[in-house]
Order: sequence, then C-alpha cells, then structure tokens
Amino acid sequence: MDIVNVTNLKKIYGDFAAVNGVDFSIRPGEIFGFLGPNGAGKTSTINMMIGLSRPTDGTIIINGIDVRKQTKKAQSIMGIVPDESNLYDEMDGFDNLCFCASLYGMKKEEREPKAKRLLEQFHLTEAGKRPFKAYSKGMRRKLTIAAGIIHSPQILFLDEPTTGIDVESARQIRELIVDLKNQGTTVFITTHYIEDAERICDRIAFIVSGKIVAMGSVPELMESISHGYRIQLAAEENIVKYAADLQAHFEGCNVNTGQNNSLILVSLKRIPLLPVIQYFDERRISVYEAKELRPTLEDVFVKVTGIEAAKLKKEKEKGGMSK
Amino acid sequence: MKSWIAFWSILKKDIQNYYLKPPNISWGIIFPLSWTLMQFVRSGSLNIIEFLPGLMSMSVLFGTTSMLAVTITFERKGRSFERLLLAPISLNTMVLAKITGAILFGIFNAFVPAVVAAFFVDLAGVNWGVVLLAVSLIAVTSTLLGLLIAVSAKEVFEAQTFSNFFRFPMLFLCGLFIPILDLPVFFRPLSYALPLTYGTDILNGAIAQTNILSPLLCIPILLTFAVFLFMICRYNINRKWIL
Repeated sequence: MDIVNVTNLKKIYGDFAAVNGVDFSIRPGEIFGFLGPNGAGKTSTINMMIGLSRPTDGTIIINGIDVRKQTKKAQSIMGIVPDESNLYDEMDGFDNLCFCASLYGMKKEEREPKAKRLLEQFHLTEAGKRPFKAYSKGMRRKLTIAAGIIHSPQILFLDEPTTGIDVESARQIRELIVDLKNQGTTVFITTHYIEDAERICDRIAFIVSGKIVAMGSVPELMESISHGYRIQLAAEENIVKYAADLQAHFEGCNVNTGQNNSLILVSLKRIPLLPVIQYFDERRISVYEAKELRPTLEDVFVKVTGIEAAKLKKEKEKGGMSK
Repeated sequence: MKSWIAFWSILKKDIQNYYLKPPNISWGIIFPLSWTLMQFVRSGSLNIIEFLPGLMSMSVLFGTTSMLAVTITFERKGRSFERLLLAPISLNTMVLAKITGAILFGIFNAFVPAVVAAFFVDLAGVNWGVVLLAVSLIAVTSTLLGLLIAVSAKEVFEAQTFSNFFRFPMLFLCGLFIPILDLPVFFRPLSYALPLTYGTDILNGAIAQTNILSPLLCIPILLTFAVFLFMICRYNINRKWIL
C-alpha cells in the first residue's frame, strides 16, 4: 500500500494555476524527488501536502489520513523541513530541538536525550550550546533537518534541502537523507538540483507549470529518452581513421567520431567490450578509455520539460549553486 | 497531555525569548512608572487614587497590544511561526499559548503603577480581588486586540502603526483620564463599544469608588468581548495564515 496518494491536486490563484491536476503516489520507505524549475509548483504542492495551504481541488491521503479533513492528525506523522530554516535565532541548538519535540507532545525525559543524540549524529554537539543565529548556512540547514525528524516521523518533507549551502554540508545532508531512508522513513524531497535527485532518489516526478510531465525511477526515466547503447573509445593515437572498418567488423554497430579523436560505437544491443579492445590490440593500439555513454537525468529533464540546459544552469546559479 | 506539553513549551519560549528580555522588562517598568510619576507631579498625592485605575488600564493596554502584535509579526516574518502552524496541536491551543504570555506581561505592567502609588497614598481600601479580575479581563481583551492586529500586519512596523491607531483613541474614549460622562454625547456610544471602558470602570469602582456601571454588568460584557474577539481572531487566522 502506498503511504502517499495525491489525486487531481489543484491550487488556483485567480486566473493562475500554480498546481494544475497533479497525481502521484509514494511507496513506504522510498525517497521521492519532486523536480522542476523555479515557479513550477513544487512549493505549492508541498504546502498543500503538509497542511499549510488549502487545495482548490483534489485529495491528499497520507498513511490513510485525509490531509484536508484531518490536518492535525496527518501532521503528527510528518516531519517538515522548509526551504528556509525556521528555527528560533535567540535559542541555542539544543533548546530549539527540545522545543520542536515538545510541539509533538514529547516529554522532557524523551526529548532531551533525543536532542543530544541528533546533535551528535549531525556533528553539532559543540554548536548545540550556541544560539541558532550564530550558525553557518550548512549548520542551520542540518539543525532544521534534525528538528524535522526529532519526533521520528513516518514521512519527511524536505523542501530544497541543499540549496545555497557548501559542498561538504550538501554531501552530509545527502548521506543523512539516505540514512533516514535506510531506517524506514519515507522522504519527499523537492529540489532543482538534478544531480542531487539522481544520486539519492528512488523515483522522481518532473513538474512544469503546475503539471507533472514525467515520473518514474531514475533508470526508467533515462530509458525513456535513450535509444540504444553507446560506448566511447579513446586511445593514445588518432583512431578516427578506423571508424569505417570498425563498423564493418561489428555487425549492427554504427561508429561515429567523438571529441578529441575518440570514437563512439552505437548499437541497439549491449556492446561487449573485449572484442572491441582486441580489435585495436591486434593493430597495436592501446585503448586507454572505454566508457558507456548514458543519458543523464539532466538530459531527461531538458527533453521532457523543453527547458534548455543553459536556462537550467542559470536557475541553479540563482538558487545558490555551490556544488 | 500532549497539547498541554506543547502549550507550556510555547508559553515558556515566549516568556524567555520576548517578555523577559531587558528592553521589554524596562519598557514594562519604565513606561507605567513614568506616567505614574508624571500624574503624581501634576496632580499631587491626593489625586493619584483617581488616576490609578486609568494608569493601570493604560499600562495593560500598551503592554499587551504592542508585545503580542510585534512578536507574532516578527515570528511570521522569520517563518518560525510556520512551525507552530504545522505542529499537531489545535489552533485554539496554539492561540491560547501565544496570548497567555502577553496576558501575564500585561498583568505585570498593570501593577507597576499600583506599587508606585503605594508609596504615596494609602491603598488599604482597595478591593484587590476585583482589581486583579478587572486587570486580567482587560489584559485578555487587549491581547486579543493585539492578535487581531497581528493577523492583519505583515511587517513589524505595520503592527506598531496599527496598534497605535487603536490605542491612542482608546486612552481618551474609555474613561482612563477623562470620565465618560464628560465626553461629548456623540462619542459615548463609541466608548461603550470598546472593552477597555468596562475594565476601567471596574477598576474605578474597586480603587476609587467612582464607577458608573455595576461590575456585575461589566464582567459579563468583558467576557463576551473576550469570546467574540477570540472567535474573530481564530477565524482570521484560519483564513489568512492557512492560505
């Protein structure tokens, strides 16, 4: 049974449809990525799912609870980490965590040891005694995630968790998310960092102009735009002159020239590497690189959204790209 | 039990983060103190008993409305208020927790003039039980007015401006320093439409025996105002903060 079922979800502001008939479901224990450019409807969707905004239409069922009808009951099983840290600047890290735990009814004897454990797990033990306003961006983000999971939620909503933070903190956060999944927490993550989604998500939905335009696992999405297998070969000397001969030698293969005097073999079937390397070995040519060229998730994104790679890059930079 | 834990935590956090901060403590003491001394210097010790109900009402009004409106607007701007909206506690519990801090702060403010006055005049004849009840009811209604302002304001300066828009006319309309019977006739209906009028009148009776209405009438009216304002605030929060 799916832990999340979203059906025909809509959010209309006047004439503008921020979310326009979104349907998806999330399986228990998976990391579900929600990707799209700025203004695509990611935050509007997440706000409706967590009960911070009322849908114009549609249903949201989380673990059998109708979010529209039993918002508070649904919120008790959710952990929520917004795109901007929303903890209290004046309070220290430890007190912030304890306060968040108390909002979920955790008693002092439960919340204090849990807060200490989380500070340790997030490498914030020392910082736990400092006021939140003195934290770096990465530390703020980590503490906000810790606050989101202190009550052991069944599902964690993460809105842009790695936006605008340094490379090391972003790596740690990705590891934390995977750890949470391994402990059985379902994670719903919105991001416009496609690399992040590719690394950690089990399934991904692409949203553009309030509509989901593609959804599936990373391999499924890549498969959807992939046409056959491609292998790129590079050798110490120029091997471009062997293109025609190679094509004749390997039935069903097309051979194209690539960058830096490399060759690209394209086939509808998998291409075994050994015969190819032997072919060059017989001609006393050392192949130093043979790699499979796969479409990236960014290729999928560009294809399904129609958004150009250059525009995407610009958006990443706007979002504080620091990877 | 879970709601109680959350309620207590929100209240404790507000008291520690806002009400017990030096600027607010000093505001809570210096503002009523300076008004009390000013009235004392102007009128002499014989008249201070007449001014005490008004001073106490004014201290509660200013303490509660400004603090709650500013703290909520500040939290909303910093988005920490979202955390409370997303917590699995009812809106009523959350609102009650937020206003309780301001109510306690208002009650503390009210007794500053009383303590100062005690050095100059004999307050033995004051009915302190009724005073406490009146101050509490003024604090509740004024805090809810502050909450109404907080729901409408987006910025801290807006909250302060809106607060002043309500507060200063109330100083003159609610019998704090000018008896309602001395006001022009056309202003009086407005006076009776404001909860502070009834709270001040109870204080006038309990401290100076100069009330114009029975406390048995004023108390239910203030309770009705409190329930009515709470319902409006709850409705507005639901409408404006959960979009």
